[in-house]
Amino acid sequence: MNDIVDPRSLDRPNSYIGRSVPRPNIRKLVEGAARYVDDVILPRMLHAAFVRSPHPHARIVRIDVSAALSIPGVVKAFTGADLAPHCEPWVAVLAHLKGMKSAPQRPLPLDVATWAGEAIVAVVAETRALAEDAAARVVVDYEPLPAVTDMETALDPATPVIHADLGDNLVFERTNESGDVEAAFRTAHKVVSATFHTGRHTGVTLEPRSILADFNRATGQLVVHHSTQAPHMIRDVLARHLRLPEADVRVICGDVGGSYGIKVHVYPDEMAVAVIAKLMGRPVKFIADRLESFSSDIHARDHRIEGRLAVDAAGRILAFDIDDLTGIGPYSVYPRTSAVEGNQVVNLIGGPYDFAHYRARTTVVLQNKTPTCQYRAVGHPIATAVTEGLVDLAAEALGMDPLDFRLKNLMADGSYPRTSPAGMKFEGLSHVESLEALRKMIDYPALRADQVAARARGIHRGIGFASFIELTNPSPFMYGIGGARISAQDGCTVRIDPDGTVLAATGVTEQGQGTEAIIAQIVAEAVGVPMSSVRVVTGDTLATPYGGGTWACRGAGIGGEAALRAGRATKEAALVVAGSMLQAAPDTLDIVMGNIVDRAGGAVRMPLSELGRIVYFRGDTLPAELPRELMQTRHFITTQFPFAFTNGIQASWLEVDIDTGMVNLLKHWCVEDCGRVINPMLVDEQVRGGVVQGIGGALYEHCVYSPDGHLLMGSMADYLTPMAAEMPDIEVGHVETPTRESALGAKGAGEAGTAGAPAAIMNAINDALRPLGARVFAQPFTPARILAALGRIPTETA
Amino acid sequence: MKSPPLGYVRAMDMPDVFRLRANAGPDARVLAGGQSLLPTLAFRLSDPGTLIDITRVDALRGIRLVADGALRVGALTTHAELGRDALVRVRVPVLADAVGLIAHPAIRNRGTIGGSLAYADPAAELPAVCVALDAVVIAVGPAGERRIAARDFLTGLFTTALAGDELIAAVEFRPMPGRRTVIHELARRSGDYAMAGIVLAAGPGTPTHDPRPVFFGVGDRPILATRAAACLAVGGAAALAAAQAALDGDLDPPSDQHGGPAFKRQLARVLLARAVNSLIDARDAR
Repeated sequence: MNDIVDPRSLDRPNSYIGRSVPRPNIRKLVEGAARYVDDVILPRMLHAAFVRSPHPHARIVRIDVSAALSIPGVVKAFTGADLAPHCEPWVAVLAHLKGMKSAPQRPLPLDVATWAGEAIVAVVAETRALAEDAAARVVVDYEPLPAVTDMETALDPATPVIHADLGDNLVFERTNESGDVEAAFRTAHKVVSATFHTGRHTGVTLEPRSILADFNRATGQLVVHHSTQAPHMIRDVLARHLRLPEADVRVICGDVGGSYGIKVHVYPDEMAVAVIAKLMGRPVKFIADRLESFSSDIHARDHRIEGRLAVDAAGRILAFDIDDLTGIGPYSVYPRTSAVEGNQVVNLIGGPYDFAHYRARTTVVLQNKTPTCQYRAVGHPIATAVTEGLVDLAAEALGMDPLDFRLKNLMADGSYPRTSPAGMKFEGLSHVESLEALRKMIDYPALRADQVAARARGIHRGIGFASFIELTNPSPFMYGIGGARISAQDGCTVRIDPDGTVLAATGVTEQGQGTEAIIAQIVAEAVGVPMSSVRVVTGDTLATPYGGGTWACRGAGIGGEAALRAGRATKEAALVVAGSMLQAAPDTLDIVMGNIVDRAGGAVRMPLSELGRIVYFRGDTLPAELPRELMQTRHFITTQFPFAFTNGIQASWLEVDIDTGMVNLLKHWCVEDCGRVINPMLVDEQVRGGVVQGIGGALYEHCVYSPDGHLLMGSMADYLTPMAAEMPDIEVGHVETPTRESALGAKGAGEAGTAGAPAAIMNAINDALRPLGARVFAQPFTPARILAALGRIPTETA
Repeated sequence: MKSPPLGYVRAMDMPDVFRLRANAGPDARVLAGGQSLLPTLAFRLSDPGTLIDITRVDALRGIRLVADGALRVGALTTHAELGRDALVRVRVPVLADAVGLIAHPAIRNRGTIGGSLAYADPAAELPAVCVALDAVVIAVGPAGERRIAARDFLTGLFTTALAGDELIAAVEFRPMPGRRTVIHELARRSGDYAMAGIVLAAGPGTPTHDPRPVFFGVGDRPILATRAAACLAVGGAAALAAAQAALDGDLDPPSDQHGGPAFKRQLARVLLARAVNSLIDARDAR
């Protein structure tokens, strides 16, 4: 019964794992019947709005809220000093990131504003509109301070230090080195190098950050409705920093309109709302609006990377040498920290390739801009762009075809388990099989022929590739060992109800990506019931097993395995009862589509609802000593590998208008290996959505700052998210290399698209421009940057 | 964000409009399609106190031919109505072409030609079309109507020649037999404001006859490129290159999020070539 899941035969009973079944919650979402935090309305509820700093860096001299409080319906205003006694400050560092430092952060700052958009004063009122009216009348006198904006000079002695207690603006630095890099470069046949920039951007969620905190003075309980990825982590944070027993904090996460990593962090304004609710004994709601989201949601990927790659005369990669610099804003973000992105870069560069010598350094510095932290595919798009950009340069320098060069250097499929020069442990990857699958999908010779023919007509098309690895199914090695109270374990409880329906409560969460659907598929198959009989509960710390929630692509691999084990245990328990009722040995019985059947022959013996009826209502008819445990909980945590790496390869086919610098995406392909595919349709959607977000970073999305630290874009009109009209068809192919750490065999699939797309786009643009001697390495690849690379216009700072 | 506290009144006819405006004071704003005004309220960039809804005023509606053969387009005509109107398609087809470039269908369903002109965004399509076609803006105030050439109406960045108590009643497009007009723009994404755009009117006959290239998104208002026009009018093989070069004198583009002046000029040169070529193609296709 507990075999490794093998979906190759989809005609077995209850065969939901491996099937593209529609997600049960989709109708609710598309009909507007979902329940988001803003849909929750409580008696005596107040609304919060924030006065935000217009300055990147300024001393707060005086705050006058009297005019704001004079507006009828405005209840109270809070400054940093008002909240400080009621909330422990937090410092976002991780012990395993040696030497990392950051400053204590509070819900509202006490005396210095450190980025334009930082919440300074909270106002609560009967309505959000009134709260905004009041916020507009709060007077804050600032004394502007020089802002640290350029990460290149953040550590210069002449640059002001943002937090004097830290001594400098350095948060973290690490050099990841193995082999003899200097010797490898000295003896190399060719060395290629480039300086890459990844543009600071952010994850734009349809539902903005939302919180409704409700403190009941009579019970001492804080109930928080929160749009979050990690309800248990948020409960832990609220309990510790508001000095409440963990058991008195309940976090309820209803439907969530997208997260992408944005909603797995502790935001000071949200903490302020919880503190205010506790102080006032009234429910307080805060729904971030789109404008304040741009300056207060975390940003990501503000990196400059200098990279070198050495190859020998046979075309084999010898060494990577990387220097990464990233600016993270004025605070490391709690509790995951803002050093992880840079740390991922130095762990992931060169990841797909077989080579010996490696050196990658990251330097993480403070600046007076919106804090950055983990956003979908954390570090991967950066590492992949640098790796694959250098790989293409090397292939070009050797006069080799980029696919042939990759094939020569990719880790061989049979060579696992192995450890990369960066120290990453790989259980099993399929780079070569994936590349060959992609080569077939794209009809490579036809594309190259088309490219040549188009060039003859003055049309510049390019094809770009990006092999990649993706870190999924994280163990405590990601955060737990650093002291963060972030669960890498997850659990699932499965219960058979009297009518034979099945309830599954899981610690992983639904953000709109389909977690509830795959949990229902797994549980339906494991217990032996139709999927329509399964109901899934997520996102309530009072109702689900303790778990980490949604991050780092762990829902399917960790939460899914827990669900499989809980489902199988529940089935076993039910068959014990069934055996007693039917006078049969439990192992001669099975449950198929909601019926107890004979394992041999499949004859239906009784419906599961009959078993439920007897257990719950006529337990007197069963032997007294018979266990009737129709509810089972199982947990899962990975133990053999720190992460279950996945892999894949993407290709982009596009056209560059060399007169306007505009890029027209013609087609995109991705072959990825996320281990066991539970629902191919959902995996394809994840890959496509991820590719689109990767395209956003490559071509469109950019949080642009003025040299003095003001965010220049502020709305959906000037922050360009990728839109359907510009997106190419995205074809997705799969190779399956299941992880052996679990019976399910699933790894994560949510970040692969984002990890590889920017590199593929960059390489395709540079492939198109190659005959013209132009190259671009700074994302986003805007028309102006492409024209400047072509020498059609001078490089402008705009 | 939520709008600041607002009064809202609905006018049913023109006398109503003037009376309500006089009562509401100088900060009050006229609400038509609301596609620019309402976001500025939500951003709290403006606090007009009162909105005067003119969408029920019939006198501001309709598309019809008037006595001198001109096409009169009522100020409340939505972009969507403009795009599907049979008279427009026959008489001033470039208006319908322009509609396809304006934002997205939801915005076209509400945004109006009067609103677009009154808002005077330098990157907007319809003001540039009006300048290229030498359209006449009909302003109406308590004292009556005033006819203002489009090029004089648009006086700068988000500013117009409208007096404080006036609003746009209609726009009139004179008949121009044999004249052809094309519109091109370059936008990062479908529906975005253009990084740069051109409306080129020329003819009758060859594209070198009285060419009128008007650029948008590269200045504080639609810019009639007179030097480039003069070069085009010369005709011959070198005319286009000369006209492209002359744009340096015609345009002084400000930087924006997409790029600086050199970038904008490059786009303008490309647009000029594409517009001229499409006029030639259109002629050849006949």
